[in-house]
Amino acid sequence: MSYSDTAHHGDDHDHHGPAPGLKRWLYTTNHKDIGTLYLWFSLLMFFIGGAMALIIRAELFQPGIQIVDPMFFNSMTTMHAIVMIFGVVMPAFVGLANWMIPMMLGAPDMALPRLNNWSFWIMPFAFTIMLSTLFMDSGGPAGGWTLYPPLTLQMGDSFAFVIFAIHFMGISSVMGSINIVATIFNMRAPGMTLMKMPLFVWTWLITAYLLIATIPVFAGAVTMLLTDRYFGTSFFSAAGGGDPVMFQHIFWFFGHPEVYILILPAFGIISSIIPTFARKPLFGYDSMVYATASIAFLSFIVWAHHMFTTGMPLAAELFFMFSTMMISVPTGVKVFNWVATMWKGAMTFETPMLFAIGFVIMFTIGGLSGLMLAITPADIQYHGTYFVVAHFHYVLVPGAIYSLIAATYYWIPKWTGNMYDEKLGKIHFWTSTIFVNVLFFPMHFVGLAGMPRRIPDYSLQFADWNMIASIGAFGFGFAQLLFVWVVVKCVRGGAKATDEVWEGAVGLEWTVASPAPYHTFETAPSRQLIDKNHF
Amino acid sequence: MRTRKHWLPMALVIAALGIPLLGMPLAAIAGYGDVLNMPVGVTEISKKVYGLHMLIFKICCVIGALVFAVMIYSMVMHRKSKGVTPATFHESTTVEIVWTVVPFVILLLMAWPAAKVLIQMEDFSDSEMTVKVTAYQWRWHYDYIDEGVNYYSQLAADHNVARQKDSGVDLSGFENYIREVDNPLVVPVGKKIRFLHTAADVLHAWWVPALAVKKDSIPGFINENWARIEEPGVYRGKCAELCGRDHGFMPIVVRAVSQEEFDAFIAEQKAAGQTAELDSERQWAKSELLARGEEVYQRNCVSCHQANGKGIPGMFPSIHGSEIATGDIVRHLQTVMDGVEGSPMQAFGSSLSDIDLASVITYQRNDLGNDMGDVMQPYYVKRLRSGTTSVSALDLELNSLTSGISTGVSN
Repeated sequence: MSYSDTAHHGDDHDHHGPAPGLKRWLYTTNHKDIGTLYLWFSLLMFFIGGAMALIIRAELFQPGIQIVDPMFFNSMTTMHAIVMIFGVVMPAFVGLANWMIPMMLGAPDMALPRLNNWSFWIMPFAFTIMLSTLFMDSGGPAGGWTLYPPLTLQMGDSFAFVIFAIHFMGISSVMGSINIVATIFNMRAPGMTLMKMPLFVWTWLITAYLLIATIPVFAGAVTMLLTDRYFGTSFFSAAGGGDPVMFQHIFWFFGHPEVYILILPAFGIISSIIPTFARKPLFGYDSMVYATASIAFLSFIVWAHHMFTTGMPLAAELFFMFSTMMISVPTGVKVFNWVATMWKGAMTFETPMLFAIGFVIMFTIGGLSGLMLAITPADIQYHGTYFVVAHFHYVLVPGAIYSLIAATYYWIPKWTGNMYDEKLGKIHFWTSTIFVNVLFFPMHFVGLAGMPRRIPDYSLQFADWNMIASIGAFGFGFAQLLFVWVVVKCVRGGAKATDEVWEGAVGLEWTVASPAPYHTFETAPSRQLIDKNHF
Repeated sequence: MRTRKHWLPMALVIAALGIPLLGMPLAAIAGYGDVLNMPVGVTEISKKVYGLHMLIFKICCVIGALVFAVMIYSMVMHRKSKGVTPATFHESTTVEIVWTVVPFVILLLMAWPAAKVLIQMEDFSDSEMTVKVTAYQWRWHYDYIDEGVNYYSQLAADHNVARQKDSGVDLSGFENYIREVDNPLVVPVGKKIRFLHTAADVLHAWWVPALAVKKDSIPGFINENWARIEEPGVYRGKCAELCGRDHGFMPIVVRAVSQEEFDAFIAEQKAAGQTAELDSERQWAKSELLARGEEVYQRNCVSCHQANGKGIPGMFPSIHGSEIATGDIVRHLQTVMDGVEGSPMQAFGSSLSDIDLASVITYQRNDLGNDMGDVMQPYYVKRLRSGTTSVSALDLELNSLTSGISTGVSN
């Protein structure tokens, strides 16, 4: 785009709205449009990944193999993870970042709008390629989302498509992250100092650095797999002088920070919602920032706790046990801060608050089982069992996913200008919360009692708990249709939202109209406004 | 927008905590005691691991209960509907230091016993016998290194039938459904047994919960762990690392017996080995080879090539009418022995005996819709394996024996 072109548009810039029709979405460089695209995309992927989970739970409803071939079952567990991690949680957080970060900082848009468009539009292509492997002769990836060699190298030629799609997703994530970092450092309104930023912005800033640091490592690892598979290298084959365990080290050097990539923005969301509905400032803002940074730092030195059974030297096992246990300190600080924020507030329990409290309670349960998993001798029993499945689903479903749902209920009045249906929202919360526990809690039991993960069939003593978990899965899955209904209903109409929306809300996003105009903060907010609207 | 219903916070808490906290004792009463928790196990280490598990579990319960109690109290007392005015405090350095330091101290107290157990687990000194465990897709090979006995162990045949899709078998008749093997690992009680772990193809993990041993089997590397079993009995486990299609179907059975029983077992295995040795020298009838070949096929080949030999298009090639099974017999043997690189077809040369290889080759060529008419004798396999004959010499010899089959030039 030439300079004169930009100048030409300059005059009527204030008035121009979105282009009509499909072009609006294809060519948009508007942070709100792109945010919306990301959010709809991840909602769609949520149901695709969810359908895969239901295939898994249907097969595990009773012992014996009734529905799918074990190979397809393995494909489902692998693909479910890839879709949920890279297609749902990550893009949904990016969508929220797009919508909210410029508004929270008093900025007119993201720093790099065209890059923004590109980083979104890569995603549908990446996932079309990824999902298409399920329809290829050699089937989808079936070696687990962790792609451990040599198993993953046994895959047919759809393997190349999987690697290609992962590269695309990685490029999208890195571009999105660069954009977020650039926005936060360059686009803050005058007077919006770093320590006045909402925690959602802080947690995303740190998350973006985690992504920039680790996605290239992951890209390297999968490229080495690709050359091992097709070009005769032996990075991960002992027969050629390589080492299969080296892949795990490289993978988890990415994979563990990735775990925090999936949860840090959630911490930011919860830190916005709880003060609003407690009508009381966030307790310990500074310590929240430092705790987030500490978690991010520690996330780089704990990776081998995923590998306690691979046969590491004792010194390494001790180091990774201690460093992993350390993570519970800053994580504990966060939970304590949220509780202290609630303490002596004047709470109300609208749907976003319900999901936020559900998050704090159930994320804590997942965090505590994580602390158990850190104890290496015990981990040797837990590793590779349903106990681990229970743990990470507690932090990801009533954790990350709940934060996304809470964020949607919290900000959707600002996005659409309409209030959502509070009654349906509450029903959504209660059905989700009951079923999510029915689904995941029994997994602790079967895991401890000896049921390995990633198996399509199990011994008879696990039958009852698995049946209960499957019932929970279908209940939870169908409850999310209600969520779609509430969102669609809210987009189409409803009680008009005020600009503040929530009585106790603090932040620049609540100072603009509802729905937020297509362009916000074309002139920076005043320092007084900023100082009035931060914790 | 706001609700004033007083039951909401309590109901929230009941939903989030009630199921876990009430569910567990209720389930225990209902008779799920052994499907709720980690087994205590039968080794000193497993008991210590169980102790650590229960200690950290209780610490977590106390921390969780405290945090949730404060939340519940706050949700009940600090509600807008009670007419409270919100406080405005938002920081306290003292409190922040307290809730950083206290958890840290708890962790230190926990780290100490955990490290002690870990150090003991990693102490392999003074082991009294060694079993090398090699993992294959999808079975285990046990090698009693000092005793010179080795054999394979895999899912028991009737379980293997029952677990197939749409098998129609009533599973309630299987007490240990998919936890039973053909040849269990037999070990003596009271001895410090060192296990060496490796794999032939992909990663696996040998896990027996009652012994608190789990270690990855990694191709090209040898891992170790150990157990000293205190009580005789049968202890079951599973492969714990995703290893492909039949990952769920490679159980482990360890039978711990007295030293006398163990000695008798080893003697018996040695005698059986000698009989097999003699058997591989004699001429086998085609019907014998076919009968045995079917068994070997069922055990080793069906999961990929399927019971009808037609494989799964795009994933696993068909044997019915295949170029290899209807082509040169020596090349067929070589393919089965050496595997196909870059595919799930593994090298069966190391895992199947001469008789098994000869019979499965014969079976594949004369069944599964193939009708080649030729047979492979165990002693040919033996000669090829020991290097007393070359591929081309064997090719010539076999082709002159079989009439009416065109083999062409394959080498």
